[in-house]
Amino acid sequence: MSYIRPKFRHPELPKNKLGYSVDFYEGALSTLCAGCGHDSISAGVIQACYEMNIEPHRLAKLSGIGCSSKTPAYFLSNSHGFNSVHGRMPSVATGANLANRDLIYFGVSGDGDTASIGMGQFVHVIRRNLNMIYIVMNNGCYGLTKGQDSATADNGSKNKSGQVNPFESIDLASLAIELGAGFVAQSFSGDKTQLIPLIKAAIKHPGFAFINVISPCVTFNNNVGSTKSYDYVREHLDATSTIDFVPEMKEIKTNYEEGSTKNVKMHDGSVLQLNKLAKDWDPMNRQSVANAMMIAKSKGEILTGLLYMSPNTVDLHNTIQTSERALNSLTKKDLCPGNEILKTINAEFR
Amino acid sequence: MSLNTTKINDFVIRFANVNGTGSASANFLFTKAIFRMGIPVTPKNIFPSNIQGLPTWYEVRVSEKGYLGRREGIDLIVAVNPQSMLADIKSLRSGGYLLYDSSKKLHSEYLREDINYIGIPLMEMCNENYTDARQRQLFKNIIYVGALAALLSIEFKEIEGLLAEQFKGKEKLIPANIKALNLGMDFVYKNFKYPLEFHLERRDLLKESIMIDGNSACGLGAVYAGATVAAWYPITPSTSVVEAFNDYSKDLRIDKISGKKNVAIVQAEDELAAIGMVIGANWNGARAFTATSGPGLSLMNEFLGLAYFAEVPTVLIDVQRTGPSTGMPTRTQQSDILEAAYASHGDTKHVLLFPSTPKECFDMTIECFDLAEQLQTPIILMTDLDLGMNDHISPPFVWDDKREYNRGKVLDAEALENIEKFGRYLDVDKDGIPYRTIPGTHPTKGSFFTRGTSRDEYAIYTEDSDAYQRNMDRLIRKWNTAKDMVPEPQLYQKSNNCEVGILFFGTSTYSAEEAMDQINHNGVIVDAIRIKSFPFNNTVEQFINEHQKVFVIEQNRDAQMKSLLMIELQIDPNKLISVLNYDGMPITAENILKQVSNKIKSNLHIEKSKSI
Repeated sequence: MSYIRPKFRHPELPKNKLGYSVDFYEGALSTLCAGCGHDSISAGVIQACYEMNIEPHRLAKLSGIGCSSKTPAYFLSNSHGFNSVHGRMPSVATGANLANRDLIYFGVSGDGDTASIGMGQFVHVIRRNLNMIYIVMNNGCYGLTKGQDSATADNGSKNKSGQVNPFESIDLASLAIELGAGFVAQSFSGDKTQLIPLIKAAIKHPGFAFINVISPCVTFNNNVGSTKSYDYVREHLDATSTIDFVPEMKEIKTNYEEGSTKNVKMHDGSVLQLNKLAKDWDPMNRQSVANAMMIAKSKGEILTGLLYMSPNTVDLHNTIQTSERALNSLTKKDLCPGNEILKTINAEFR
Repeated sequence: MSLNTTKINDFVIRFANVNGTGSASANFLFTKAIFRMGIPVTPKNIFPSNIQGLPTWYEVRVSEKGYLGRREGIDLIVAVNPQSMLADIKSLRSGGYLLYDSSKKLHSEYLREDINYIGIPLMEMCNENYTDARQRQLFKNIIYVGALAALLSIEFKEIEGLLAEQFKGKEKLIPANIKALNLGMDFVYKNFKYPLEFHLERRDLLKESIMIDGNSACGLGAVYAGATVAAWYPITPSTSVVEAFNDYSKDLRIDKISGKKNVAIVQAEDELAAIGMVIGANWNGARAFTATSGPGLSLMNEFLGLAYFAEVPTVLIDVQRTGPSTGMPTRTQQSDILEAAYASHGDTKHVLLFPSTPKECFDMTIECFDLAEQLQTPIILMTDLDLGMNDHISPPFVWDDKREYNRGKVLDAEALENIEKFGRYLDVDKDGIPYRTIPGTHPTKGSFFTRGTSRDEYAIYTEDSDAYQRNMDRLIRKWNTAKDMVPEPQLYQKSNNCEVGILFFGTSTYSAEEAMDQINHNGVIVDAIRIKSFPFNNTVEQFINEHQKVFVIEQNRDAQMKSLLMIELQIDPNKLISVLNYDGMPITAENILKQVSNKIKSNLHIEKSKSI
């Protein structure tokens, strides 16, 4: 059976500043299961890029292997994509970014792809503070091989065949904070109003930006007893705040009472407007974030929203002092020292 | 006891040292002085996988005839390591010389009747003349270099000149070194007959030649090739490739206006990440490379398969060492050939280049980048520890300033504008090589999804058998195109005349050429070919077809090059006779000659053979 998406779009679809309507940001038709959380995230990416007036060809999509890693085919068809090998997307993204610092690098991975086979590369891409967005579509199971537990499955969570996971889970957001990631957020695929501003903020962050999105697997991990089912996640969400992303220069209007609002200024002047703040939590303070996450965990709650953003961030290019010009734009004239210099090098070896 | 025959510029000296004692720079001084006298000289480091305290050897062959392979039979040993002394004395040829520290009396087990002893009280002399403990250790080395200068007639002005260069800016260190040299020389003048019957005479044979290690040549080649991204993981013996690239980049890759670097060098968390970064950077239009050795190559297999199938240019420099597994990390071998040729699961094949001199390391590194982009596939430079980490005499490097980088089939925005529909994997030119685009080129044209899964000509995922097979067949078409693009082999004769041929590659070349000279000297002639690349050009097939028997000389146990020839060219296994060396030491001409003649005697009956 094949699906064909109707090509027809309403002629009056609103256009963004670049003159593109939202369909320009779409991708191929998804082949994931109906109701898959991942498709909602893809829709969020499309909406965020449309609203941010991003030129799709100035963004590169990268992924590993698994259901989640298929999704870059389902958004931004005018962007180059790279579906690499299992668990190795961070290294490919690192090389790509080194070659051309002027593009946006949008990485998509899953819980198997990141927390198991790709753990080493995940850890090191954070350590290097590569300027990229790294989204994990986290469903606690291996969907493409029919539902085995992953390393993010919670201890005690029951899978579809009734088996209880006896192992501790790896909490990727806590780990990212521990490792010094400059932007860490957590969200739920079913909460678009929270997810879209987070994606926008992650794109704006000039360093490594991590979003762990709980994204239920409708086919293999949506049963009673699973802690990654739609019902369970909805019942246990605890948002740190509600969020608005305000682009640079735009006037900020708040409708909330003093004291429950915080404006987080981003590096380029954009503002993240956080409302209804959680108690004892300051997104610019790593220690308070770590505390809040531990407390939430002890209560069986999933803390969502922006968790942490570093006021200072130095990405890999700035650390290793590469040229401001994209390396892939340099020519022989810039790069080749020529034969006269080679003669002097020869002389040193005589 | 000494041999009476005089031998000029033809001997082997071995230095037996303890690693971490500063012997390396003294030993290099010795070699370089001979080089400056214009005499062909080839040093080999035989070192442990260790930083301090274990035995290490430095073997120097001097050969006026220009034989730069290893030679068996040691004429003189500088034995200053008590740990290895017994074995060192045993390794000396009958009639050879043992230079040792006579500060303490030699134990009787160290005495051999058939060798000569040159005792120099190195420790005593150091203690008398120097007060600092570190100096006492370091100058022991310089004193024995002085003694050797007297015993072998090294021109003192060459050593002086080298010291002046070495200590430029720190001139106050020179007199202490000169003093140590004189101590050694004077002791020989007073106590021994000099020079020895084998010694040096200036020849000025080397003219424009340079002396450099292959890894530095590869690093420099990458600078000239325009590589801007290097990702690597430290592993002996490849580490110094990227270190050299880094060092040269510090001088040659600084943006004049901003002072920032026109290069990005990243030490990765492992070899998987290193090759991943290289693939990502090449995909995004930069020239990128990595360097590794056997264990790293094993780890990179999966990614190499991706680069082959997704058709991403990739440059990998494999400095081979002794396997399998961790093997002997500081010994040489040519044992990654099959691993590299067929790296990764599924039907994969990779282009290999085989350099045999530092100049070829430089030239072929540059060639790798052009080929990788022209063919959109991994290119692996198959060098080895001997070539990579030892100094070799080499023709100087040359760069043709008119040469442009060949970036292959890349469509820019203008070209895309003129295309109706871009198909990443369409075989437009019928040579198997499709056109690629670089991310960020055009707002609406040229984007595609790079993947390791099967896809159609437009890069769309497919499980359609026909589309899959069309793609696999196109990749073979590309492979066949590559045959005419990779470096051609070197033939040693105008036409193939003999019934027997010899075939070799890489660092086996030095000793193979020497063995060939010996065979010719004995009045018989053999044809020879040096392979420089895989896939094999038609010349290789023709060479094998035109000979009854072909000796395949290689440095591994399993005759990997022979296997590759059999598999790829459907050669009858009985036609190819292996000459193998796999003890971790560079192959010698003696070894080749012995195996060739043994094999002829035992199982070869070449009728009316005019050869061998």
